[in-house]
Amino acid sequence: MSDTVIKVENLGKKYILSHLADKREQLFSSLLVNKAKSLFRGGKQMLSAPLSLHSPSNSRTEEEFWALNDVSFEIKQGDRVGIIGRNGAGKSTLLKILSRITEPTKGRITINGRIASLLEVGTGFHSELSGRENIYLNGAILGMSREEIKRKFDEIVDFAEVEKFLDTPVKRYSSGMYVRLAFAVAAHLEPEILIVDEVLAVGDAEFQKKCLGKMEDVSTKQGRTVLFVSHNMGAISRLCTSAVLLDAGSVKSMGTIHNVLQNYQTHCITSSCNWIRPENMSNNLMFKFISIGVNNSQNSSLLSFAADEEVLIEIVYEIERKLTGCQVGVRVTDSDGNIVFTTADTDTTNNSAFQREPGKYRALFIIPGFLLTPGTYTLTVVAHLPHRTVYEIIEQAVSFTVTNTGWVGVFDGRLGAVSPRIIWKTSICE
Amino acid sequence: MSEHQLVIEAGRGEKHYWRDLWRFRELLYFLSWRDILVRYKQTVIGVAWSVIRPVLTMIVFTVIFGKLAKFPSGNAPYAILVYAAMLPWQFFANALSESSNSLISNSNMISKVYFPRLIVPCSAVIVSLVDFLISFVVLVVLMAWYRFLPSWQILLVPLFLFQALVAALGFSLWLSALNVKYRDFRYIVPFIVQFGLYVSPVGFSSSVVPEKWRLLYSLNPMVGVIDGFRWAILGGDAQIYWPGFLLSNGLMLLILGGGVWYFRKTERIFADII
Repeated sequence: MSDTVIKVENLGKKYILSHLADKREQLFSSLLVNKAKSLFRGGKQMLSAPLSLHSPSNSRTEEEFWALNDVSFEIKQGDRVGIIGRNGAGKSTLLKILSRITEPTKGRITINGRIASLLEVGTGFHSELSGRENIYLNGAILGMSREEIKRKFDEIVDFAEVEKFLDTPVKRYSSGMYVRLAFAVAAHLEPEILIVDEVLAVGDAEFQKKCLGKMEDVSTKQGRTVLFVSHNMGAISRLCTSAVLLDAGSVKSMGTIHNVLQNYQTHCITSSCNWIRPENMSNNLMFKFISIGVNNSQNSSLLSFAADEEVLIEIVYEIERKLTGCQVGVRVTDSDGNIVFTTADTDTTNNSAFQREPGKYRALFIIPGFLLTPGTYTLTVVAHLPHRTVYEIIEQAVSFTVTNTGWVGVFDGRLGAVSPRIIWKTSICE
Repeated sequence: MSEHQLVIEAGRGEKHYWRDLWRFRELLYFLSWRDILVRYKQTVIGVAWSVIRPVLTMIVFTVIFGKLAKFPSGNAPYAILVYAAMLPWQFFANALSESSNSLISNSNMISKVYFPRLIVPCSAVIVSLVDFLISFVVLVVLMAWYRFLPSWQILLVPLFLFQALVAALGFSLWLSALNVKYRDFRYIVPFIVQFGLYVSPVGFSSSVVPEKWRLLYSLNPMVGVIDGFRWAILGGDAQIYWPGFLLSNGLMLLILGGGVWYFRKTERIFADII
């Protein structure tokens, strides 16, 4: 028998997006009311239609969406596989199917070996219960037996460094302690296949290192298979030996970590670190963006920057007639959709009545190094008359990734929304 | 290796389900244990709540139906007649209210971890069972107070408790699964519980129901359970109306079977819609 532990064949998952009612909470009564309404409205032909949940009156507002489509790959015993892709590429759906939380719509997965998945740390933790009680509860939820937990109890407490607070309700824990305890339980699972999702994005740097180390241990020393999903390319390339790149629900590439990461970068460069006005895009009379690019200080297009590097943004646009008071603004959002900051070309001109003659313009600005934390950022570019008219807006025009600087322990892995390098002056006092 | 082979395919949860349910039996214990531990945290009188509620209802019913309406109670004190019915009814009602919300209140677990979902409503029923055992102690006190000596039949109480368990579980599975998709049931369940208290023979003996309506009355599965409890606890006069008893039981099994079927059918989309 081969040493394939996970075999995924033609996997697909379809979601029905319903625009009729809120997908998350469907009220039976509103269903009945709608049914009644359509009966009245539709008259005769509706009466002949069956009164089912999927009657034709509903289907026009429902939309099929394939979160995963025709995904196939194989994973061998002892592999450490990173699953990468942009937001919405289907990574989480894939993990949910692999962990049996949800069912595929088609296709087949064969798994050989005991599987455990960590889609979140501390699932089922109850804030009123003590640390000790939560260890048992969380262990049971993850599929450990009471015997197993008892055996590993001391090890877990040791790893989490919470011995003093074992009998304190976890609601009084600091968030760091909480995460440590939660990860500690999970880290002591002994599955043959471990699936981990983004959980390392929490906790302080030292603890993250500890977790990565633990996962590496699990895989190299004990020959276990690890599937790891993360946006942190640094962590992926350190931990994984191979990778699967998902894009829009299908496998874009797979193979050694190096090749796939490269593919990820080039693939994204062509699609997102350079925006060029498509030929078929409708033109407005006043203003049109020609191109938007992300460059480094050597002026070459790039997708990935170390946190200490400058990011150069170049915007080229054309004005057809004289414009007064126009502002070109850029909104930078992180991968969770939070707006990190907004900047505009009027910031430094101090002249809101900025006059522009017709012609082609090139605007440049620099996002300084030592500002953004590692992650993926997306730029939305707009030309507008503030609070009055939007001439043109290019949503999510370009994006780039900020990675760790490589100064492990000095600068990397810091907590916080921004990571500025601030000048300290330290001197010895008498 | 082959021992752990797992195949994931559309519509193929069944194969390992019951084996998994057995494997996760400790989770059932831990979830019930958690709910019991957490239940009366930050309350002043704690567990006493599970005694006060049935006792107060019992007093009200004894006064209204026994003293004012003067319903017959046979040879047993009216308070015991009411309390013997109150026990299974409270158990049933608590189980229903707790379990119908159980999947929703554990939604974070359901969307993040795999385990047989049946465990969740089952553990809610078990928590109600613990309440039942606590209130049972009150019955013993009550019997001592009235110097009422039960006959050998009281040994059969576990049998009828099992019957109540089947009824509670059957309804719980239906309601918890339906509540995931249609949150209307959040409003329906309190109504069922309130309404059921009056249409079930809790405050009165089911012998006051005219003979020709008895069979129809037994369509309420709790009628069979409550009659059984009365027969076992009061002994003597309390009679089981056999055609109705069998009908109640048959119905309960049907509801439980249907509940398991419906739960299993919808369980696979819980994570998508919860």
